[in-house]
Amino acid sequence: MNKVFPSSEAAIFDIEDGASILAGGFGLCGNPENLIRALHKKGVKDLTIISNNCGTDEYGLGILLKAGQVKKMVSSYVGENKNFERQYLNGELEVELVPQGTLAERIRCGGAGIPAFYTPTAVGTMLAEGKEVREFDGRQYLMERGIRADFAIVNAWKGDRLGNLVYRKTARNFNPLCATAGKIAIAEVEHLVEVGELDPDLVHTPGIYVDRVVQGEFYEKWIERRTVRPRPQA
Amino acid sequence: MPDIKNIIAARAARELKDGQVINLGIGIPTLVANHMPPGVDVVIHSENGAVGVGPAPEPLCGDPDRGNAGGAPITLIAGGSYFDSATSFGMIRGGHVDMTFLGTLQVDGEGNIASYEIPGKLVAGMGGAMDLLAGAKTVNVVTEHCSKDGASKLVKKCTFPLTGAGEADVIITERAVFRRYPGKGFVLEEVARGYTLDDIAACTDMDYVVSDTVQLEAFGPEPGE
Repeated sequence: MNKVFPSSEAAIFDIEDGASILAGGFGLCGNPENLIRALHKKGVKDLTIISNNCGTDEYGLGILLKAGQVKKMVSSYVGENKNFERQYLNGELEVELVPQGTLAERIRCGGAGIPAFYTPTAVGTMLAEGKEVREFDGRQYLMERGIRADFAIVNAWKGDRLGNLVYRKTARNFNPLCATAGKIAIAEVEHLVEVGELDPDLVHTPGIYVDRVVQGEFYEKWIERRTVRPRPQA
Repeated sequence: MPDIKNIIAARAARELKDGQVINLGIGIPTLVANHMPPGVDVVIHSENGAVGVGPAPEPLCGDPDRGNAGGAPITLIAGGSYFDSATSFGMIRGGHVDMTFLGTLQVDGEGNIASYEIPGKLVAGMGGAMDLLAGAKTVNVVTEHCSKDGASKLVKKCTFPLTGAGEADVIITERAVFRRYPGKGFVLEEVARGYTLDDIAACTDMDYVVSDTVQLEAFGPEPGE
């Protein structure tokens, strides 16, 4: 069994117009940036993207948005992106805002065979409109649905040829969740290693979730904001 | 000119208790970490997937794989850990985070908080704020008392979309501290140096009662600052 594809472009060969795609990453941290660039180059459009954020104007998922390839975004936070704001306010872009924890749990459930769950988040807000509210032990909860998508694209630090994945630091975020909930899960890895090199106790995403693996070609690794401690006084 | 943001953050930090797990929102809440009272050791949770957040990194030492929810690089103290987003919010909703500090656009006397959207003007999204309001045991709203146009952010009733209904427990501004009690609503407990009870009444649209033991000159800039 060899799940390795020769390039990011090859790994997304069957993602066509109108596809729904779960994308890992938080802000610009842990994005499947090579697969995003491949989608940009391929020019597929009318995409539904489920991802915590949508990049900035120039980076990450923002490049798909800027090129008009996205029909709908399902996200928790979409600030920092002027194209998003313009397309949304002009009605060119459909948006579903989902609280971050609800989004994470919806993806987790989608991948775990749980069609719906109850959460205390957003009870009494606009987001509760039209949703089932149920009381458990004296507190109100909203019913939310699990999410699945046609494809999942994720970034990992290390991966082997069987798709076992290890993430690094806070670049983990939504990646392991997304990997479970795409009909086809595509992982780009920063380091492609041989089977047996990863300690089975330390694998974050077992390879059975992952259909395709590709060595990421190029990493820009953007830092969204530089905040550092002040230099010591001379 | 007193540094209003740090006055709020310094007063907010006095709410912390040793051993708590806390989450800090973006903006003034982030500054709370710079004002830890002596002897108070807390664990900082970052909703993008870390506990044990340490000080900002040294210049040029930021790691792009290690950021906070605002996209800024962080460090991790010894004993910290990383995890995925579902685990992170399981911690929040599961009651494992003691206290959260968040900014807001509006807060009202019923503890309603509106912080993520100005209809037709600002589209940003709630990020993790709705989960934090629902899940954290104590919600501290830390905000400037008035918006830039001078209007009270402590309003009679929130008009923007709510981030959380009835979730605010404490409101800390540069002018005053209000705490919400069951059946009583918000109680004015502290007034900052430079303000009187009448001043607070004049700049607060929210309904509140004044505590019998209200403390005047409770915090804020020392005279001459």
